[in-house]
Amino acid sequence: MIYLWAFVIGGAICIIGQICFDVIKLTPAHTMSLLVVLGAVLDGVGLYEPLIKFAGAGATVPITSFGNALVHGALEELQKDGWIGVITGIFKVTSAGISAAIIFSFFAALLVRPKG
Amino acid sequence: MSNNKKKKLTPVQQEYKELSDKREPARPVLKNCVRAFLVGGTICLIGQAITDMFVRWGGFDREKAANPTVAVLILLSVILTSLGIYDKIAQWAGAGTAVPVTGFANSMASEAIESRSEGIVLGVGGKMFTLAGPVIVFGTVAAFVVGILHFIFNPNGAGGH
Repeated sequence: MIYLWAFVIGGAICIIGQICFDVIKLTPAHTMSLLVVLGAVLDGVGLYEPLIKFAGAGATVPITSFGNALVHGALEELQKDGWIGVITGIFKVTSAGISAAIIFSFFAALLVRPKG
Repeated sequence: MSNNKKKKLTPVQQEYKELSDKREPARPVLKNCVRAFLVGGTICLIGQAITDMFVRWGGFDREKAANPTVAVLILLSVILTSLGIYDKIAQWAGAGTAVPVTGFANSMASEAIESRSEGIVLGVGGKMFTLAGPVIVFGTVAAFVVGILHFIFNPNGAGGH
């Protein structure tokens, strides 16, 4: 069942992105930034976590989960270390995404010639 | 187009803008949304399968498995980008390939590969973040604001968990 909801919710978040492209005519950078902020706000009010429980990868794979993970790291450290935790914790959970993207992209750029 | 932006243009430019707006082909919104839904949903489906693999064989619990899943998806995305396949799918799928984290990785990898000729430091290192930069900046600022709001209104609460 989680596979069905992963597909539906993940697809639905992509539709929101497509509407930002086509109807509101935002650039990809604006759209992605908007979705990340949306994810951060949803986690801030405690709604993103239930969505992950419900839809699994449908909620963790779209870029909104990046905003969610940033807030998650910040709040975790906030509880442990007080206000400074907001700064020290922001990238705690997102390390996987950012470091993987930087490392793999860097080596791809060394190995691959541009196409077209 | 907002009036504010219109005011800054000369009359001739305004005329041109109106003409170009009129002549711009209408975007097939519904078709694009269906494609975005199908491809985006499929990527999430693949993500769910990878998550389950990490849970079953990697000893991760369900919540922790999201991180390695993202890393694997990013690796796949960078490989497909390197082979020129991701951009072909992206032309068909629109936001369906842009919104998942694979799109984030695709933007970084393709910028890095294309900017290789401008040098490793300024090209690869600098241009990599053309699209990813705004995402990281606004995500971080938003997370900071949310964190501070939690600190002010709910310092001991467990919000967000």
